[in-house]
Amino acid sequence: MAYKAKFKVWRGDADSGELQDYLVEVNEGEVVLDIIHRLQATQTPDLAVRWNCKAGKCGSCSAEVNGRPKLLCMTRMSTFTEDEVITVTPMRTFPVIRDLVTDVSFNYTKAREIPSFTPPADLAPGEYRMQQVDVERSQEFRKCIECFLCQNTCHVVRDHEDNKESFAGPRYLMRVAELEMHPLDVADRVVEAQDQHGLGFCNITKCCSEVCPEHIKITDNALIPMKERVADRKYDPVVWLGSKIFRRSKT
Amino acid sequence: MTSGVGAPDRASIPARTLRTDRWWLPPLLTNLGLLTFIAYATVRSFMGKWYVVEQFGYLTPFYSPCLSESCLPGSSHFGTPLPELPGWIPLGFIALPFLLGFRLTCYYYRKAYYRSVWQSPPACAVAEPHGSYSGETRLPLIVQNAHRYFFYVALLVSVINTYDAVVALTHGLGLGNLVLILNVVLLWAYTLSCHSCRHIAGGRLKHFSKHPVRYRAWTLISKLNVRHMQLAWTTLGTLVLTDLYVMLVASGAISDLRFF
Repeated sequence: MAYKAKFKVWRGDADSGELQDYLVEVNEGEVVLDIIHRLQATQTPDLAVRWNCKAGKCGSCSAEVNGRPKLLCMTRMSTFTEDEVITVTPMRTFPVIRDLVTDVSFNYTKAREIPSFTPPADLAPGEYRMQQVDVERSQEFRKCIECFLCQNTCHVVRDHEDNKESFAGPRYLMRVAELEMHPLDVADRVVEAQDQHGLGFCNITKCCSEVCPEHIKITDNALIPMKERVADRKYDPVVWLGSKIFRRSKT
Repeated sequence: MTSGVGAPDRASIPARTLRTDRWWLPPLLTNLGLLTFIAYATVRSFMGKWYVVEQFGYLTPFYSPCLSESCLPGSSHFGTPLPELPGWIPLGFIALPFLLGFRLTCYYYRKAYYRSVWQSPPACAVAEPHGSYSGETRLPLIVQNAHRYFFYVALLVSVINTYDAVVALTHGLGLGNLVLILNVVLLWAYTLSCHSCRHIAGGRLKHFSKHPVRYRAWTLISKLNVRHMQLAWTTLGTLVLTDLYVMLVASGAISDLRFF
């Protein structure tokens, strides 16, 4: 059944802005993005919002709904009561451009800092062979749609702007893990994860996993395994000694 | 706020969080749970009595292994190589610091107390109160990387606790035996579900296909690992329950229900 919902939407830019009140129609089966579009169509034609697929696969419509990082297109209106005030703001970790649109270039900068897939030098493209069992850990991380909700919710950069320089964020530490666990990647990424990409900043409070719309177990399957690999290399003299004595290769 | 969510180029929103749910409840419950356990464990560790029921072979895990001449008869399953101890040293002092270290550096408990005690962050998308943050990059928190060493000792203590439960079975079967066995089984589940254990068993491998046995071990531990949080809390509960049961029987407050 249609009803009028009370919305508070953040309007403004980098200089100033505020939450503005709207009363807008809601119909059965709609998501928050539908309501934002209805606002654009009926009351605020200049409301800026980034969106694309409306199917939770492009990662464009990331924002915060009632203070929680969400995809607007995957947040059903049926999860709210009819008298609830719904607050929609841009992601609060990135510089705002206008209204619900933020500048997420921080993430592209961090992506460029990670050395790309490095196959063995003597293996030509087309000769790659690997077993499913070896590659499936990395495949979980390939589900990422780069919505940057994990980057947005991670308190390391959300609450501490000065850490942006030295911390890649969960999405890109997961990328490091993806390559490190890849059976054909020969680059050494463990020490760099700690020293260059700031793995040590992560205190595994799992907010990245909580907000991931693809339900990737970022902390358990990527960040903690990377921390353990770093511990192998940097903080575990027994493993270090074993690798020297037995000349262990990367198995 | 001039940094973090209050940084100049971000959306100007004065509120620390706009969450409308009860985000403060989980950290509050975590604090209460941890405080309750710490208070109970501290009192019992220093109490120095009612930790063994010689007649039925029950020994509370808080006093195992008991290696001092101060230990009551029936509690020293591995002899008494240590002299009498002053009252301010808990009789379980050999294992307790390592078990405490194992839980303090546990990946789940870290999440729990970083969120609830240190408020870093108290909940997702709720600004933390601290002005700066260095995480686990420097002392003292860099010591969290020693988790695996505490895990190795915890494995040993689990073996000792298992031995204690088996010794108790040689005295017959009562409700206390079932309590001890349940506690040991859950302690094993918690210890083996540890993230370090998962890594050591097979997680560190690049090619699972070359190590089928370790891959199988990693797969099984991964299934347990999903329940690590539940096991962390359950074992706190069973430790208290086991100790409480032994204390009540040892003090004569209740009598053990014997099956045969």
